[in-house]
Amino acid sequence: MVMWDQQIETMPAQDLRKLQYRLLKTQVYRLYSFSPFYHERMKQANVHPDDITSLADVKKLPFMYKADLRDNYPDRLFTASRDDLVRYHVSSGTTGKPTVVGYTKNDLDNWTTSLARGLVSCGLGRGDVIQVSYGYGLFTGGLGLHYGAERIGATVLPTSVGNTERQIELMQDLHATAICCTPSYLLHMGEVAEKMGVSIKNDTDLAIGVLGAEPWTDLMRFRIQEWLGIRAYDVYGTSELSGPMFTECTEQKGFHVWSDLALVEVLDKDTGEPIAQGERGELVITMLQKEALPMIRFRIGDVSILDDDPCPCGRTHPRIRRIQGRVDDMLIIRGINVFPSQVEHTLMSISEVGQHFQIVVDRQGALDDMLVRVEISQNAFSDKINDLMKIRAKVEHKLRNALNVGVNVELVEPGSLPRFEGKSKKVIDRRNL
Amino acid sequence: MEIKNYIIRQISVFSENKPGRLAAIAKAFREEKINILAFSIAEADGFGVVRALVNQPDKAFKKLTSLGYNVAFTDVIAVKMKDEPGGLHEIAELLGEAEINMEYAYAYTGKDAAVLIIRVDLVEEAISRILSRGGSLLESKVFI
Repeated sequence: MVMWDQQIETMPAQDLRKLQYRLLKTQVYRLYSFSPFYHERMKQANVHPDDITSLADVKKLPFMYKADLRDNYPDRLFTASRDDLVRYHVSSGTTGKPTVVGYTKNDLDNWTTSLARGLVSCGLGRGDVIQVSYGYGLFTGGLGLHYGAERIGATVLPTSVGNTERQIELMQDLHATAICCTPSYLLHMGEVAEKMGVSIKNDTDLAIGVLGAEPWTDLMRFRIQEWLGIRAYDVYGTSELSGPMFTECTEQKGFHVWSDLALVEVLDKDTGEPIAQGERGELVITMLQKEALPMIRFRIGDVSILDDDPCPCGRTHPRIRRIQGRVDDMLIIRGINVFPSQVEHTLMSISEVGQHFQIVVDRQGALDDMLVRVEISQNAFSDKINDLMKIRAKVEHKLRNALNVGVNVELVEPGSLPRFEGKSKKVIDRRNL
Repeated sequence: MEIKNYIIRQISVFSENKPGRLAAIAKAFREEKINILAFSIAEADGFGVVRALVNQPDKAFKKLTSLGYNVAFTDVIAVKMKDEPGGLHEIAELLGEAEINMEYAYAYTGKDAAVLIIRVDLVEEAISRILSRGGSLLESKVFI
């Protein structure tokens, strides 16, 4: 089995835990000393770095939440000086305030190393041509995989997203052997290719897909593998962790989470207590070596299962199963995070429609399809079909601008959408995830 | 001859395009003993507008609004036609000559004559043009 760093990747589990303890302790001391935010959190939780005397003591530490990053926009949680930062990434936020992530040189190096190990574990290396069709720029996907692929000596084809026909031409002409993108974009590429008379399975050298940034199922994996003639691997991460971080190995049974970089806990999402091994729960992640934006016990919001069993690939680092859901109501539509609260904010600014809405997500062919059903207000109702069509187009336009993703709108009768007392269920997700 | 006498208040109701919606509206009329004199459905992708001329339009408006429907009054005019071959042609030609721009139209055969109901932009202008060319319009009191 070829590995990027055999020594660390096959380190005995016990040694990994010792290493994790040492790194955790160092990180906690550092934060207690240099992060006013986390110092205060620890004081409130009545915990001192000296209280951490074993790896299990991590549970004494207070949590961090997505809201902490938002509330401390743009960089008040940073623990590196500005001069030490070498890059920013920015992800869109729920209600306008984005999340800013800063990176020191070491942060970029650890991120790249994590992906280098992952890409090699998918069977990639020198001689491969890796087409990176994630967006380049503020989004972490493009640049993250770009540097990971360069690190392992592969040739990078940095196509970014869009201009699908050209992507397919380049895939053929430059003999791409692997592609990194969202699974739904790859399916879309497959369809566009067929319209161009190109079979990705028969007419290209594509053999591997490293696909992520949105939830997808094994069923979809089989379809992609069968139809496009490739092996499809999932990749996991978020900008708070640095970006895409962990991939499946050739076993395709969950992401290896590199223990020297991250400590994963799986907790009951309501009580915050650890759950039994093999049970599904909320992932809580501590980044052990991050310098610019340390994340301690970060409640990432994803639900999955931790698998400590030895992997046949020989790597000793635990795996988390493919993501099985979210604890909050965030939706991922074609790789873009969408919160129902964003839809609500937008609709409130449009007088022609009421405040009630329902989101229906489906998968039409390869791509996610998002429908927003809204009630038309009494005073906006016009007898003319044209006026109603204009209202619908206006709502679609405003939602598209706010969410960065195309939306279909359906006008419905007032009072016809379900009303809820307390927690509402405004989303119907018909995708078979 | 008062032009306003020929302006007829049509009731328009927003409706989703799915089974049972028309029945729900018709049931409301029935419960209030409202008679429907003419009626049409316009449909777009996913929704439609039910348009009706009824007796007691105010009562109909109140009832439907109380049921939560989106309801609006729209001014239309009703042109009498001969209920025989060529009847529509005669009227259509008259409307053309009078340069009347129709938003939409629908027809029904009434007790005395066939009637073409039309929505136009400038209602009063249209009424005087039709009448001056010898056209014959139903008065709104027919629908009360």
